[in-house]
Amino acid sequence: MENILEVKDLNISFDTYGGEVKAIRGVSFDLKKGETLAIVGESGSGKSVTTRAIARLIPSPPGRITSGEILFEGKDLVKASEKQMQNIRGKDISTIFQDPMTSLNPTMKIGNQIMEGLIKHQKMPRGQAKKRTVELLELVGLPNASERVDQYPHQFSGGQRQRVVVAIALACNPKILIADEPTTALDVTIQAQILELMKDIQKKTDSSIIFITHDLGVVANVADRVAVMYAGKIVEIGTVDDIFYNPKHPYTWGLLGSMPTLDSNEEELVAIPGSPPDMLKPPKGDAFAPRNEYALEIDKVQEPPMFKVSETHYAATWLLHEYAPDIEPPEAVKKRMKGFAKTGTIRTSEEGEKS
Amino acid sequence: MAKYIFQRLVYMFITLFIIATASFFLMKQLPGSPFKAEEKLSAAQLEILYEKYNLNDPLPIQYLNYLGNLFQGDLGVSFQMNNQPVTEILMSRIPVSAHLGIQAMIIGTIIGMLLGVVAALYSNSVIDYASNIISVIGISIPSFIFAGLLQYYLGVELGILPVAFWGSFAHTIMPTIALAIFPLAISARFVRTELIEVLGSDYIVTARAKGVSNATLMFKHGLRNALIPLVTVMGPMAVSLMTGTLVIEQIFAVPGIGEQFVTSIMTDDFPIIMGTTLFFAFFFILIILVIDILYGIIDPRIRIAGGKD
Amino acid sequence: MAKDNLDRDLFVPAKQDDEGSEKIQRPSLSYWQDAWIRLRKNKGAIFGMIVLFIIFIMAIIGPFFNEKGINDQDLGLSKLPPRVQGLEDVRWLGLDGTKSDTFEASSVEAAKERLRQRYTQRDDEFMTYDVKSDKDGSAEVTGYFHIYEAKGLQDQYYWFGTDTLGRDLFTRTWYGTRISLYIAFLAAAIDMVIGVAYGGISAYYGGRVDDVMQRIIEILVGIPNLVVVILMIMILDPGIISITIALTITGWIGMARIVRGQVLKLKNQEFVLASRTLGSSNTRILSKHLIPNTLGMIIVNTMFTIPSAIFFEAFLSFIGLGLQSPQASLGTLINDGFKALQINPYIMIFPAIVISLIMIAFNILADGLRDALDPKMRE
Ligand SMILES: Nc1ncnc2c1ncn2[C@@H]1O[C@H](COP(=O)(O)OP(=O)(O)OP(=O)(O)O)[C@@H](O)[C@H]1O
Ligand SMILES: [Mg+2]
Repeated sequence: MENILEVKDLNISFDTYGGEVKAIRGVSFDLKKGETLAIVGESGSGKSVTTRAIARLIPSPPGRITSGEILFEGKDLVKASEKQMQNIRGKDISTIFQDPMTSLNPTMKIGNQIMEGLIKHQKMPRGQAKKRTVELLELVGLPNASERVDQYPHQFSGGQRQRVVVAIALACNPKILIADEPTTALDVTIQAQILELMKDIQKKTDSSIIFITHDLGVVANVADRVAVMYAGKIVEIGTVDDIFYNPKHPYTWGLLGSMPTLDSNEEELVAIPGSPPDMLKPPKGDAFAPRNEYALEIDKVQEPPMFKVSETHYAATWLLHEYAPDIEPPEAVKKRMKGFAKTGTIRTSEEGEKS
Repeated sequence: MAKYIFQRLVYMFITLFIIATASFFLMKQLPGSPFKAEEKLSAAQLEILYEKYNLNDPLPIQYLNYLGNLFQGDLGVSFQMNNQPVTEILMSRIPVSAHLGIQAMIIGTIIGMLLGVVAALYSNSVIDYASNIISVIGISIPSFIFAGLLQYYLGVELGILPVAFWGSFAHTIMPTIALAIFPLAISARFVRTELIEVLGSDYIVTARAKGVSNATLMFKHGLRNALIPLVTVMGPMAVSLMTGTLVIEQIFAVPGIGEQFVTSIMTDDFPIIMGTTLFFAFFFILIILVIDILYGIIDPRIRIAGGKD
Repeated sequence: MAKDNLDRDLFVPAKQDDEGSEKIQRPSLSYWQDAWIRLRKNKGAIFGMIVLFIIFIMAIIGPFFNEKGINDQDLGLSKLPPRVQGLEDVRWLGLDGTKSDTFEASSVEAAKERLRQRYTQRDDEFMTYDVKSDKDGSAEVTGYFHIYEAKGLQDQYYWFGTDTLGRDLFTRTWYGTRISLYIAFLAAAIDMVIGVAYGGISAYYGGRVDDVMQRIIEILVGIPNLVVVILMIMILDPGIISITIALTITGWIGMARIVRGQVLKLKNQEFVLASRTLGSSNTRILSKHLIPNTLGMIIVNTMFTIPSAIFFEAFLSFIGLGLQSPQASLGTLINDGFKALQINPYIMIFPAIVISLIMIAFNILADGLRDALDPKMRE
């Protein structure tokens, strides 16, 4: 299948009072037409920054893309002008943000907020745009759509607002839909509905989705491929099967280990010890080493490159080097790897820490 | 919303009642008689006047009468100015003060808004620093000092504007500037903070993600949301206009209520002092109410939800 | 892959050093240390602190800088312009102890004559002239009248000049500053005590108590403090105490509201609930946990109260309800200066500068403190 998006060695920094924060450090991946790529990783690992960069939505200052390429249909978005980006945003690349409570303009009717994109990108006259808006709202499952277009965001519940946000993102049938934790702020049943909705729409429009989540259960359900991020890097990337059944990176083991399954007891949950590094002064060597019980001496000296595991599966850990000792994933993770076929709706333990 | 307004009206009423009551009993404590100016009056004539104004009644009755009169807008008569009714005096002077106040408020707010917007757009630039300094100075330095400086430099030294009195547009310029400084400073600062916050908010990113142009982003999404809360600083502005009126009118000899008030303080004309005080209280409470209602009207969040949180 | 130059020995499990994971965490600073660091970075706030420090010191020692008393009147010495040692030659500063004016007349001599008349001088003994222009038929001359010499006061220096009654303005300005600051601090302290108590009690006890106390506040905020202050001053004769009382009658309300809001927010937080389960008494919890946590807000609010009290004191003097002479405050000094503004602007200028500096310094310091103490800003 052809790549609709290729990200090559992307580096992004933020200039803060404390100094330069290297938030993204050499991220590369590609996205194929019609596929769903999930990005997982701890809070602060750079998931949002990476995806925002694709739509060039990093606030600047303080943010800046220091190097790298973002090829969308072969065209480098890093070099695109603001005007060109305005024509791509909302039309080719749409974004759904995490918090539906704050991502809608409080003083603008939701109908107008949805129509804005239609009028801008598809040059629709207002009347037609309004009709399409009502259709969109019905599509995302909002009852009484024709009345609700004239209401304001505060008259909607959280789940309804997220449907509105989804409708805004879908308005122009984007080729890439970026969903940054679209369901984190919602309760479990609504989450499931929104996910269902996105899958449905993807089938109809054949768009590609980049999906950020902390919920590995959701990943197992919706994603084709998974990228695991840590401290501004992709540490492992592969198909869902690669990541869930044959994870290679100790950080991925940690993530899987901290994920409860239906048939496991609470006691078996293993949290990853410590906390992510301060990106103001990234440590020498492998950023994960201080928290990694399988770390090798070389991790303290040199950062591991991406090792190829299979055609679809890559991981950045010295454990894959030919010199490395044979190290097996922990028992708990192995047990889980077998049990994943049966997973239902499950969440990682990190979820609770997020406020 | 209706319930909320009703509730506010009740509070407004109670507050006014308390002020009216307090000022009535204060008046009774203070020395002097309403007829001091007419010393030629014979005892008999005085008696008639006392009778006419029911000043021989017991205090509670007088109080009720006073409240009754107040309801009809009768604030009593002046001690010093030939027993002219206070209401009449105030009515003749309010238009002048209102003219000055409104002119200052509009000019100050508009310039302040522009300054705030520019400062927010170019935050941390020279313009931003300048605007910050202007607002700190405008908020800090008392308006009578500005007035003094203006009067001395523009009026006395350079002689380009009339030093005092009322009449032509030129007469209004210096008092307007002096009164406009505070609204200018406070709205510049407020708009700047608000706009920076709005521009950093999630819904602005959402709008940007839709691909809207910078102009649309700024006007439809940014400014609108940043300017709505500006209504809330109308309270402090009203207060500053009231205090400002008292001193500025005095300095520039503008025949408004402020100047009358200060003169009355010098001459112990208590009915006018009390009347003006009541008027100020009424004006202030009214402004607060108007702000609340206005905010409800222009901000859809409150408009529908009914009342502020 | 450049595996060739990799050291095989490094491919052994790493020794876990516990400090490794500790090191990456930032040192944890206390709330106050953190706030202080942020305040120090704020140039405006530092400027404010320095200015206030200097003004405080001057308010304390300024009146003793010379032997002149605050109420030493001598009409013979009235309206002397400022004169500072060493600045007598820096004319544009206006601290050279001369009075000056500019006249236009048909000739230089005519202009000089008018200048002599202006200062009631018979000859040019104490006059110097500066001919600005001299075309035929019109001349412009600035004359400087050396009033100190004329009065035989060559060795006298009144740094800020003297007022219409011949009192030393330097002494009076710093004395007035002292009084103004005193009123402001007193009012702010009283506001703080009443406001903290009222807000704290209202929020802490909640329920009906809170309801009633909030209704009272809702009625009181409707009364503009301008009105309250004026009414109060009319019954209590103007004086330091009565002005302070007038300022505090409604002044505490803002503080009460802030404290109430903070306490309500903190009341249900874990550490308070925890100490309650441990059986602490109400007053103990209030004083040990709640108040310290709201202290930041209280300080910031007080910092804003002080300049507003200074303003109101000056304002009252200005409309004739302030301190009565011989007492002096910045407000009364400015008011006196105003009466002589057109001819002797310096009488107003010095107290006006001091009051402006105080107001600006307090406001930017309060702004800086608010930013520094705002927990939201803390990363
Ligand atoms: N505006 C900014 N200024 C400075 N640093 C920033 C900014 N935005 C992001 N960062 C930094 O970039 C890093 C990555 O942040 P990002 O938001 O991408 O994390 P995330 O993986 O999306 O986390 P989460 O799961 O919490 O959403 C963080 O270390 C953060 O501190
Ligand atoms: Mg994120």
